[in-house]
Amino acid sequence: MRKLFNDYGTIIILLLLCAFLSWRTMNNHTPEGPEAGRQVADAILAMDPKPRIALIAIRNNTIDERFAAVVTEALEQNGIAIAGIARGNPANVRTIATTLASEGRTIDVVAATAATAAWPIFDGIAQKVPQMTGVRFAQPDTYRWPTFLMKDNLINISNQTVVISTIAIGMTMVIITGGIELSVGSLIALSSCLAAWFIRRYGGATEASTAAMVGFSALAILICGCMGLFTGAMVTLFAIPPFIVTLATMMVASGFAYMISSGYTIFEIPDAYTFLGRGTLFWGIPISVCICLLLYVAAHILMSCTSIGRYIYAVGGNKEAARLSGVPVRFIFFFVYVVIALLAGFGGIITASQLKAGAPIYGVGYEMFVIASTVVGGTSLAGGEGKIFGTLIGSFIIATIQNGMNLLGVESYTQKVVLGMVILIAVLLDRLKQTDFFWKRRKARAL
Amino acid sequence: MHDDDIPLLRMKDIEKNFPGVKALKGVSLELYPGEVLGLVGENGAGKSTLMKVLGGAHRPDGGTVELQGEPVHIDNPVESKNLGISIIYQELNMIPAMTARENLFLGRERTSFGFVKPHEEVRMAEELFAKVGLNVPLDAQVRDLSVAEQQGIEIAKALSLDAKILVMDEPTAALTHNEVEALFTIIGELKKRGIGIIYISHRLDEIFTITDRVTVLRDGESVGTRKTSDLPRPEMIEMMVGRKMHQEFPPRVRNIGGVKFEARHLSRAGCVEDVSFSVRAGEIVGLVGLVGAGRTETVRLIFGADRRDTGEILLDGKNTDIRNPRDSIRSRIALLTEDRKAQGLVLIQSVRENFALPNLKQFSRMTFINRKKESAAFRKYVDSLRIKIPSQEQLAQNLSGGNQQKVVLAKWLQANCELVVFDEPTRGVDVGAKYEIYQIMNELAERGKAIVMISSELPEAIGMADRLLVMRDGKIVGEVTDPKHTTQAEVLKLAVGA
Repeated sequence: MRKLFNDYGTIIILLLLCAFLSWRTMNNHTPEGPEAGRQVADAILAMDPKPRIALIAIRNNTIDERFAAVVTEALEQNGIAIAGIARGNPANVRTIATTLASEGRTIDVVAATAATAAWPIFDGIAQKVPQMTGVRFAQPDTYRWPTFLMKDNLINISNQTVVISTIAIGMTMVIITGGIELSVGSLIALSSCLAAWFIRRYGGATEASTAAMVGFSALAILICGCMGLFTGAMVTLFAIPPFIVTLATMMVASGFAYMISSGYTIFEIPDAYTFLGRGTLFWGIPISVCICLLLYVAAHILMSCTSIGRYIYAVGGNKEAARLSGVPVRFIFFFVYVVIALLAGFGGIITASQLKAGAPIYGVGYEMFVIASTVVGGTSLAGGEGKIFGTLIGSFIIATIQNGMNLLGVESYTQKVVLGMVILIAVLLDRLKQTDFFWKRRKARAL
Repeated sequence: MHDDDIPLLRMKDIEKNFPGVKALKGVSLELYPGEVLGLVGENGAGKSTLMKVLGGAHRPDGGTVELQGEPVHIDNPVESKNLGISIIYQELNMIPAMTARENLFLGRERTSFGFVKPHEEVRMAEELFAKVGLNVPLDAQVRDLSVAEQQGIEIAKALSLDAKILVMDEPTAALTHNEVEALFTIIGELKKRGIGIIYISHRLDEIFTITDRVTVLRDGESVGTRKTSDLPRPEMIEMMVGRKMHQEFPPRVRNIGGVKFEARHLSRAGCVEDVSFSVRAGEIVGLVGLVGAGRTETVRLIFGADRRDTGEILLDGKNTDIRNPRDSIRSRIALLTEDRKAQGLVLIQSVRENFALPNLKQFSRMTFINRKKESAAFRKYVDSLRIKIPSQEQLAQNLSGGNQQKVVLAKWLQANCELVVFDEPTRGVDVGAKYEIYQIMNELAERGKAIVMISSELPEAIGMADRLLVMRDGKIVGEVTDPKHTTQAEVLKLAVGA
């Protein structure tokens, strides 16, 4: 029971949170676009007697156009003629019906979307358009489904959290060594500004080639990595507490970002730059999210199956004992601070890609969300303990709470209070776990 | 002798259960005013648990506690203190950055209207210090004081609380010879005042010197209480371990070869001065001296734990360029540190992970660890060293001292080093496990390894070593080539320079 709670407690909390939000956001939904089109077409084809002429009623927008395209194709393949598409204006229905009637033909069926089915003209059609007496209707079914669990919303959540989750990998490693890194928010800004500035200055601005975009982004990430190297040097060679070092680098990095951009947003970058942040791979999952998940898998393997991972835990558990066991303590410190700086740099590139710009205000306050994700995920601030996938869950919990509050219409000021309390509760739980508040400590001494 | 007296403290049939473990199965003891009662037993015998019951940290599941004939319930530490029970733990509860006086009155400052009255505090402190014969400047910061002096302050604090019962848990673990003498003088003073003292120690010499009676615990039961003067040493050990021990030190086939290890002119400003010595294959060299003589500092230089100012380290005649512990392990030199918890083990990691830490190269390819190989290697040691653990995933912090030391041993045995340095290998380890550790040292020596052993227990150093090097003030001041035919007094004379 205890082990279960320690190992899977955060997952349980996440699931409860999701269940609660699903319950509270339960709502009527109707499919749209191609999916709705397939449903309506199937309904029409199943009708008996088989209709011969159909009319499609849609609003004047792209998603409804895609609906119309799907319906048209499916019906025409099955020998049902399309009399016309009534776009935007209910009056078009009458026009089409009248024109058709003059040719001596009548409309058998109307394919409507959820919105157009509610057009007043269809209510008592026999009186309003006599030519359409006896017409049948096909429209997508409404179903009840939580808004929270809609695919769009879930993708929205992952888009919002991807930067935080990515950097939280590094934060987990840093905190496990017993350190902390406060400059990640500034590194996001620095990296986005550097990349955008390089592309504008040397890459040909909006005309930049793919090679230039990739190259300059990588360069920006590497420069962030150098900041990590600097932090590592201060922490190991001069034994300055990481809290102080990164507090300083936080200001330095932010200052650099403002200097590079002169305080403005740099948006002169090609549209193709959004590939990383907005492009999707399959099922509409953004590429950045896929990369982030791959990084998690890699980090998990690093932490659980390699010497470096073992060393990171050992350094955090007891630095002196680790050193006296031949662990390269300095290398480990350098390693974790460089890794987190590189990840923060990458996070900056994702941000720049999502927003197609670089600006010194990006990432402000992100360090708190990153630390919160890590701590909520079960990493002990005392060092030596923590799990990479715990952090992933932690970042999802933070993102879900934020998203849930948005869906439920909680004011943004209130949201801050709630998030602060969540972080506090997470740390409190960690403390209580360590002091065995819930379970009396089992004595294993008499073995 | 006490039959007609009412005991100061009577604990009767105390039971205490922890989930899965019966820590105390009906332990009884009596303590009379003005006596020192020794409480001995192996680690895990229940000494600490019993004292925690007395101190109010644990509530007993059965049995009664009587103070001067009156039954009492001790529910928390404050109540215990109010009843006149003071416990001085091995780790002292002092605030290093505060002065002796501030520590003495911590939590009970003499104040009026919230302002501390320094003069009154000074007067009271001087009185208390005089009572325990402690000569410490009142405004000295505790971090500048020796462990013995800090202990004196703790004792003075107990007196100021009007303690009738004083429990001392391994009080001499970090004391020098002279300091132990001083402590014994203080204990003598306290006896005269009618205070009853429970004295816990693994050092049997001290038990025989200072205690009037001894209660022996084994596996959560009291085996017996005897007058110390009527109890021969072998019999006491027998009572503790529950079987006959023929000797304290296992026999060894001496097979000493050529010079294996040599240290030349090691120096580090302020602690080690021009130390040179050599160890031959199959030889156990004991490094003795008082606390602060530079023994630990010397071996730390050899191991690369501290940077040395000058000096060379040779193994098998070849100069090694050791700059840090990593180099040292690569050159096949191992150091088992004196402080297991702070330096030897990562307490919050599993014993398997602790075992593997210096040996990951052996178990991994391209940094990927082969978990099967790792646990198979560890299982070998669990069996051969008889490490008592429920699983390899057990956290190191949950083991007893002896088992922790065995894990440390396993980790360095696996490293297969040519020179193995043991720094206080049996500190905080019970008699049974001590014997096993000695056996391992002998075995290593028989396999031709060079061994250096630091020990503050002279009988142990004399019993185990082939040669003793005596250190004082960071220098080697003497050598005893035939420890078997020397006495503790002779070695001590060298160590103190008298």
